[in-house]
This record gives sequence, structure tokens and C-alpha cells, in this order.
Amino acid sequence: MTRLTINGQTHDIDADPDTPLLWVIREQVGLTGTKFGCGIAQCGACTVHIDGVPTRSCVTPLASVEEGQKIVTIEGLSPDGSHPVQKAWLALDVPQCGYCQSGMIMAAAGLLEANPKPTDEDISAEITNICRCGTYNRVRAAIHMAAADKAG
Amino acid sequence: MTIAQSVSRRNFLAGSAAALGGLSLGFHIPFGATATAQEAASPEINAWVVVKPDDTVVIRIVRSEMGQGTLTGLAQLVAEELECDWSKVTTEYPPPGRNLARNRVWGSYSTGGSRGIRDSHDYVRKGGAAARQMLIAAAAQQWNVPAGECTAASSVITHGPSGRTVTFGKVADAAGRLTPPAEVTLKDPKDWKIAGKPLPRLDTVDKLTGKQVYGADLKLPGMLNAAVKACPVFGGKLASFDAAAVEKMPGVKKVVKVDDTAVAVIADTWWHAKTALDALPVTWDEGPNKDLSSAAIADMLREGLDAREAFVGQSRGDARVELAKGAPTGGKIVTATYAYPYQNHATMEPMNATALWTPEKCEVWVPTQNGESSLAVAAEAAGLPVAKCEVYKIHLGGGFGRRGNFQDYVRQAVSIARQIPGTPVKLLWTREEDMLHGAYHPTTQAKLTGTLDAQGNLTALHMRISGQSILAAVRPEGMQGGMDPVVFQGLTEKAPEGHLGYTVPNLLIDHAMRNPPIPPGFWRGVNLNQNAIYVESFMDELAAAAGVDPLEFRRKLMANHPKHLAVLEAAAKGLGWETPVPQGRGRGLAQIMGFGSYVAAAAEVSVTDGRLKIHRIVAATDPGHAVNPAQIERQVEGSFVYGLSACLHGECTVKGGRMEQENFDTYEVLRMDEMPAVETVIIPSGGFWGGVGEPTIAVAAPAVLNAIFAATGKRYRTLPLKNHELS
Repeated sequence: MTRLTINGQTHDIDADPDTPLLWVIREQVGLTGTKFGCGIAQCGACTVHIDGVPTRSCVTPLASVEEGQKIVTIEGLSPDGSHPVQKAWLALDVPQCGYCQSGMIMAAAGLLEANPKPTDEDISAEITNICRCGTYNRVRAAIHMAAADKAG
Repeated sequence: MTIAQSVSRRNFLAGSAAALGGLSLGFHIPFGATATAQEAASPEINAWVVVKPDDTVVIRIVRSEMGQGTLTGLAQLVAEELECDWSKVTTEYPPPGRNLARNRVWGSYSTGGSRGIRDSHDYVRKGGAAARQMLIAAAAQQWNVPAGECTAASSVITHGPSGRTVTFGKVADAAGRLTPPAEVTLKDPKDWKIAGKPLPRLDTVDKLTGKQVYGADLKLPGMLNAAVKACPVFGGKLASFDAAAVEKMPGVKKVVKVDDTAVAVIADTWWHAKTALDALPVTWDEGPNKDLSSAAIADMLREGLDAREAFVGQSRGDARVELAKGAPTGGKIVTATYAYPYQNHATMEPMNATALWTPEKCEVWVPTQNGESSLAVAAEAAGLPVAKCEVYKIHLGGGFGRRGNFQDYVRQAVSIARQIPGTPVKLLWTREEDMLHGAYHPTTQAKLTGTLDAQGNLTALHMRISGQSILAAVRPEGMQGGMDPVVFQGLTEKAPEGHLGYTVPNLLIDHAMRNPPIPPGFWRGVNLNQNAIYVESFMDELAAAAGVDPLEFRRKLMANHPKHLAVLEAAAKGLGWETPVPQGRGRGLAQIMGFGSYVAAAAEVSVTDGRLKIHRIVAATDPGHAVNPAQIERQVEGSFVYGLSACLHGECTVKGGRMEQENFDTYEVLRMDEMPAVETVIIPSGGFWGGVGEPTIAVAAPAVLNAIFAATGKRYRTLPLKNHELS
């Protein structure tokens, strides 16, 4: 039994320690906002925060998460979609199909925590998530907008 | 509320409406379905419009939303004619089984070929207009005044002479009982207030919080999960598997054969199913293609480049005779050969479907581009009549053509569920399964030969395409006397879908069909992608050989094609074609027509230390009518990502009869760091309805390839560029 803290709630998880955190979150905890895209940490659709750090949960074994570490998923980023990144995403109508956007938003929110005023180069280097619909330019613009919002 | 409940509620609404509804007048006038249903909470005005007592407007959408914005665009068209308050609009998907039960009142569910809006704008607008007239008539009856004295705006009906008003919700019940009008008049697009405007999408909010449910996220009471593995060699079969080796693994419920080709593990969770499947000993019968390679396929196509027999897509004058004469005095013969590899759709959400089978009924929940295709396949796999099956459409995590014609995952899901009756089973593919069992953008090659006279005029052109036909494999009923017309997208003389924008006195465009045993499919942009690369690269090669500016060279051939030329000029102007090129950079152009729209692109690039940087791309599109300019901009940007991913990285190669690329580590796609700035110019010239999702993808790659030539003097004729050392 492993005790996880996800979005401020504790969950006692009965799963094999090798189980990726992604599948614990989706199938044991029942939060499906975090997506499965590749299973090999390539696409970033599974990005969650562990102690504030964007982490690709599809290759993070349950055993590697320590009790007391704070896991935040898209459902817990804000209580009501009011995180500056979510607000900027809404203002610029960023998503198309939307499947990668949970991961994009979590990656962007993590970037802004570490780097409140990222340059275009910072964004290109740090946001490596895949979007097949091609929302990249609006993702970039929304990150700048959220940065300005947080600073303001 | 769980998804299961909301899905069944939706089914109940549509179902009860149909059960109580009157005569359906069929496909051509779908609004004529006299839905006199008086379902208390939601009176249906007609098939397209439900108005609730609180004035909420539910617009029924049958084309699938997969990111392309068609849900919002279609709702705008209905709302425009309905004269409703846009802030009160919601949407719902009627299940395809209801469509059949109602004599296809909603028409086609197919969502591909950029047809979502352009094929249904007429009848959905008529649906909105008829509903408006019925609401006005109901109000007029209530007031005992002539309907002609009443008008509707923003969900409020006003009686002009008296100034009395009533909201739609108050008369919806009565309106639903009225006989629909025999004829309606649609607005002139110049009077649009909701359509034609850059409105935000209706489906954004839930995508920001994790609430949006995709097929892969579906939960049903008592549901089990399945992981599947099919023979990785094309045309191969399942030989045997040792179920006993994994049956005791955690969570495993059953190991089942899936048709003749695959094996699946059913377990409590998908992770348990996948873990057991990975451990399952399986042997394959690899079949006749086990030695097939990309090199052999390339050889097969190369032979077609000079083969005697070919299907003719366009012919004018006598190109063969002219070319056989050789170069005229002071002129030149120019020849170039190009090649384009297989591509995978690689939707972000892997293929999936959830099925519940009993001997009496089969239900499927699936992200699909064509609910009716899903239904047909489900019924076949279920061994039940269509009337005993239903499909519930779930939001798609990308489609791009993979989820339309090809319902292989639905067939598998039903086949699995049939082996565990009464239990819903969600089948989810791994990315590896998705990459190995695609419906691949087919490989083609092309050889182009042209004659330039002493003045640099193109007097003869032969374009020979050699390669795979999609229709021959997946829709043979669409073939024309053995010819696949799709191969000639953008190259025909007159087709309104997309005709060639150049007039060449002696012209021959033909196709040597060579069909390797790789399953082909419709991939966003379809053959327009390859064709635009071939034609537009070659136009540049001709211009260079003639020593003429590429825009000027094209202009001379485009006098009879003003709409093609207009978008080309607009893209060139947007990039600043006439301004000095910054040191170390090059500029390139491309134009084509496809999916009913005229499109062009102009790119500016540089190559430094072997690395390509695309600084800017300007796109221009003329889709006739622009239903939502903001969504068109997004589709243009997105299509460029798709096209440039293929241009720079995309390639599925065959070895041992199977694809070599199994995930995004080897099938690389464009990411943020390579994304160019994109500017979109929309020139809606009116009078026709062109598609938006696909056409612009085709011009991204050739504009960049031509810009690379301008910057470096190097011409790359085979894709992707990752296989070349750029310099």
C-alpha cells in the first residue's frame, strides 16, 4: 500500500510498485484529465507536477514517489480553472482537439514557477510536449500572457 | 453525473423525440422532419434545434469535432438563421442509430475531406431558418397576429406593431407542434451576425481543467479494460498464444483471440491488461509479406515512372510529342524526380473503443469521424442487425483521417466484448500498436519533364505519378474505370474540388498505379500533399532554369486562374516578396487548390551549420465563405505543423514486412522549437464553400523546400529532410 497526496487529498494505493504513476492516477484514483499518449516520456500528455516540478508520469513508477510528495494534476491546478495559465489558454482559445492540452498546461505552469518571465528561447527549450493539431504558436502566446498576468 | 448517465440521457432525448415524432421527409430537406415530440424538458423544434424552457438552445451536430472547430462553425450557421442568443447555445451529438431510425434526417455523419461545413451548410442553415419560422408562427398564433408582423432576434420574438415580446423558450413547446414550412429563405452571407465572425470555440473550457472526456477516458459501471496486439507484419495472422502463462497475473480476466489477426488480454485495469499482454507468449504467421522492405517498394514505384501504361488525369495538346522533339533552339528540357514516404496519422489519443455486447444488443462508445461507419462495423462484428446496435460518439483526441473510413478498432472492441457478454470492455491501443497498424498516407513518386522555349515559356509538361491508390484499397466503389481520381487532387482541368492553376499548352498528367501491400488511408490533406510538393517544386525548378523570378514565372501560366493567382499574390505580398531578402535567407512560394479552396504559402528560411530555421510562413486562403475566421487561422497554423512535421521528420519505413517506427522517438514530429511564425491571410471571395482543415497543409512543405533552394542553391527532392545533410 502506498500513500499518495494528489491535489491535496491522500489516497492509499494498492498497486504494483512498478505501475506508472499515470495509470495509478487514471485507473486507481480515477482522474482522467492526465492523458496517455506514448508511454515513453516523449509526448508529455501525461505531465503532472511532483513537488512543483513538471514530471512525465507515464515513466514514473509508483515506487519512486515518496510519501509526502505533493502531486498535482490538471484537475488540481486551480479549483475553478482560474490559474493564470488556464485563463490565458481560455483568452486565446488555445486548444484544438485538446488531448495534449492538460500536459501542455501543466508544463507551462511548471515553467512559469521556475522562470516567471520566459523568453521565446526558454519556451522552445522547456516546452517539448507534442501537439499534433499544431497549437504551438498559441501555446507560446498564452505562456507570455500568463507570465504578464502573474507579474501584474 | 457520470458519463454513462449523460450518454444514456442524450440517447433518451433523441430516442424519445424520434419515437413520438411524425413523418420524416428524408435527407434533402431534413428540417422537414415534423418532430412533434413534446418531451417535457426539451421540446424539439425540428431535428436540428431544441429550445428548453429556460431559453437554452441545443443545436444538434452530427459531424465530429476533433479539434478542427466544425462543432462551433456548424452551430454558428444554425444559430445565424435561428436568430438565437449565441450565449445560450449548447450542442449535442445525436447517435447514428437514431439517424437511421429517423430516415437519415441528419444526413451524413462523415467528417473528412474538409467537408464538415461545406457539405452541410445548406441543410443545417435551413434547419435553423425553419425553426425560427416555427417559433415566430407559434408566437403569432398566441398573440393572434399575422406572423409577418413578427421578427426574431437574439432569442426574442417581437410583434412590431404592439411591441410585445416573448422569448423562444416560452413558445418552443407550441412551435414543435406546428407543421414545418415548406420553404425557407436563407440570409445573404453579407448580413451574417453570428456566422462569419471570429467567435471563440464552444468546447474550450472543459479542455483546460481535465473535464473533457475522450474515448480513452470513458468509464462505465462494471467496465473491464483490454489491450490488444495484432500481427505486426502486414497481411500476417495470429498463429498461437499461451494464455495459461498470463492468466494468473494480477487483474487478468480473460485472454481472447481477436478475429484471425490479433490477441487481447482483458483485465480489471488497462495497465494490468497491457502488462499481461507484454508477457504473453505469442507466435505469428507472418504471411506473404514478411520480406517486404522500403527499398523493394521504392523500386516498384520507380518502375512506374517510365511505364508505358498509366491512367490519365489531365491531357491537353500533345505533351509526349512536344517533349519527344527535344529542347527547342535556345530552350531547355528540364526533368526532375521526387519521392514521398509513408506517414502515420499519430493522433495524440491512441485508437480506442468501448463495447458492450449481449445476444440482443450491441452498444459502442467511440471517438469516430463517422458514427455511421462505426455503427455499420459494430453491427457486422456483433453479428446483429444494425437496428439492435447503437454508437455513442465521444470527443476525439485527433482524427486527421485515421478515425473515418477505418473502424478496425471498433471491430476489435466488439469482437472482444462479444467474448465476455454483458460486460462493457474498453479497448485502448498502445502507441506502438497505433504506429504498426496505421492507415498510412501512401507513398508516391513523381517524374516531371518540361520544355522551356527560348523565351522561357513552359510549352509542354508531363507529370507522371507512380504509387499507391487509396481508393483501390479502401473504397473501390469510388474508382472510375480502374482509375483513382483522388490521386489527381489539385491537378485536374476543371474539378471544383481542386483544379490545376496553370495553363500549359501541351500537358499530360498521368498515374501508374503501383499498390504495395501496405494499408493506405486518408491522411490530412490526402494526395494534395504530395502533388503540391511535386508541382510547386518543379515550377521552381523551371523558373530557375529559365532564369525568371518564381512568382513571375508562375504568373505567366496563371492568367486563366485568377483565384489561384490571388492567393499566391497575397501570400507573396504578406511575406514582402518584392523587398530585399535578408542576408543568408531564402524565400519560396507555393500554391494549389484542394478541398474546394484556393491556398498559397510564402516562406522565409535560412540554413546555418546544417540546421534549417523557418523564420516565417505567410499563408493565404480563399475558402469562398469564411464561417469563423479565428478558427480558419488556427486550422492554417495547425495544418502547417502537420505538413512541416512530414517535410522535416515524418517517415514510416518498412523492414521485414512491418513498420520500423513504433513511437515518437523514431517517428519524430514538429515541436515548439521548430515552429515558425505563421501569418494567415483570409480572402473569402464568396460564391462557393471551400474546406478549411486540410488544403493549406499542402503548401507548407513546397514553400519551405523552394525557400531552401533560394537560400542554399540545393534542391531536395525526397522527403523527409532529416535524411539529408542540409548545407
